[in-house]
Amino acid sequence: MIRTYALLAWTWTRAAAQYPLSFALMTAGGLVVGGLDVAVIWVIFANTGELAGFGLTEVMFLYGASQLAFALADLLFGNVDKISQHIVAGTLDVMLIRPASPFVQVAADRFTPHRLGRSIQAGAVLAAGLAGLDVPLGRVWMVPVMVVSGIVIFAALFTLGGALQFLLTAAPEVANAFTYGGATLTQYPLSVYDTRIVRGMTFALPLAFVNWQPGLYVLGRPDPLGLPSWTGLLSPAAALALAAVAALAWRAGIRRYRSTGS
Amino acid sequence: MIEADRVGRTFTVRRRVVHAVRDLSFRVGAGEFVACLGPNGAGKSTTIKMLTGILTPTSGRVQVAGLDPSRRRTALARRIGVVFGQRTTLWWDLPLRDSLELVRLLYKVDRKVFRERLDEMCDLLDLGGFLATPVRQLSLGQRMRGDITAALLHDPAVLVLDEPTIGLDVVSKAEVRDFLRRLNAERGTTVLLTTHDLGDVERLCRRVLLIDHGRLAFDGTVDGLRATAPGRASIEDVVAELYLRSRTTPRTPPAPRPAPDGPSATA
Repeated sequence: MIRTYALLAWTWTRAAAQYPLSFALMTAGGLVVGGLDVAVIWVIFANTGELAGFGLTEVMFLYGASQLAFALADLLFGNVDKISQHIVAGTLDVMLIRPASPFVQVAADRFTPHRLGRSIQAGAVLAAGLAGLDVPLGRVWMVPVMVVSGIVIFAALFTLGGALQFLLTAAPEVANAFTYGGATLTQYPLSVYDTRIVRGMTFALPLAFVNWQPGLYVLGRPDPLGLPSWTGLLSPAAALALAAVAALAWRAGIRRYRSTGS
Repeated sequence: MIEADRVGRTFTVRRRVVHAVRDLSFRVGAGEFVACLGPNGAGKSTTIKMLTGILTPTSGRVQVAGLDPSRRRTALARRIGVVFGQRTTLWWDLPLRDSLELVRLLYKVDRKVFRERLDEMCDLLDLGGFLATPVRQLSLGQRMRGDITAALLHDPAVLVLDEPTIGLDVVSKAEVRDFLRRLNAERGTTVLLTTHDLGDVERLCRRVLLIDHGRLAFDGTVDGLRATAPGRASIEDVVAELYLRSRTTPRTPPAPRPAPDGPSATA
């Protein structure tokens, strides 16, 4: 699986290198978009000094953690929610006759490292936020765990979005609402939202486990919903549960695949 | 080598259930060269897709090279080669040589075996002149030869081709046909192809499967097929008459009929 992914990703990277100007522009574009996000945070803090009870470094930490997880999940698996293009063009047929998982082939399809720019930018914000905080060593270990859990959660969302497209070929945007929407929702401390939304993100679609719950644990802050502090430690479990659901949905999707006319 | 046992596939189109293939049974033995004919929309491609693991049958049982295609898809992929006339299996932006190298790595073909195989194919299909050309710049004839090479690098026991000669000029068509005939005769590769080009059938195939309205309408030799419409001069006319006959009786397609003098199924 990993070997096949690396092989295809390397192939696409070489193919993309045929168009160096396009590559440079896409990388620059990614950095500008990411930079605007950070600018918004700066503008907020230039005016208020805190956001829903969280200081600048804490918000940078929460933002960096969720955006790093999302950028890496998008880099590695973001193409899975473009499966409807492969269904319509008939290229999924070609993937299904090769001795490799169609999931890996779709995920690695048109792999382009320019999305790495976004990850580096998010990683820098996360590092800057952490540097400004005084997180005790006994809780710092949770930071890489939450980033990896976040990657798994976003990857599972991309997969669910892809699986949905076996049913709704014509509506790939529905999936984007959850993936890109999830990334946007988790940019800020969840306490800025209505508690009903936060509950939904904790118990239904586990977006709160990307950076909010584990973030509260790292920051040593109580949960506004009153959940115990160890809730944040459940991130890996929540991520795995969502990944299992996504894997089942994907399998069901492949079995229901209808191909195209010819 | 290929076994279909009462295979069916339905699609739900606007809440109506459409039977693309129903109750299709046939066997293809090792080393056979079989053509699958049928009017547009008869279920040929659906059948091919069930045999290659792309589609899961809704009823019945399929076995190819000893495997259930939809359950053991990746294992099957190592034993069969598939060529689509209408779309390439190669990577659009890569030179043909790199595309083939990637296929080699995906199928885990030994580097030395690959070299020998590629040299042989270069000889037979005259690939040498365009190995360095990106696939998107190849002519259709060159692309088809590249696709056939890619499908055969892992030396599969079965080669399945969906309309391999579609759109090819007379010379390219002859080259592809000649190559397939030699592959079947010299390596003993089992070949199953779908086509609308009856030249393919007459020049290559000993056996014809005619699929119509998702059912097997004829299974036998080319001569046997001719005998079903006596008085018709060319095979084209025979097939045209068979297609027309079934069109006038769309709800009751002809029942599967044993071939008068077809080869008996050999496993």
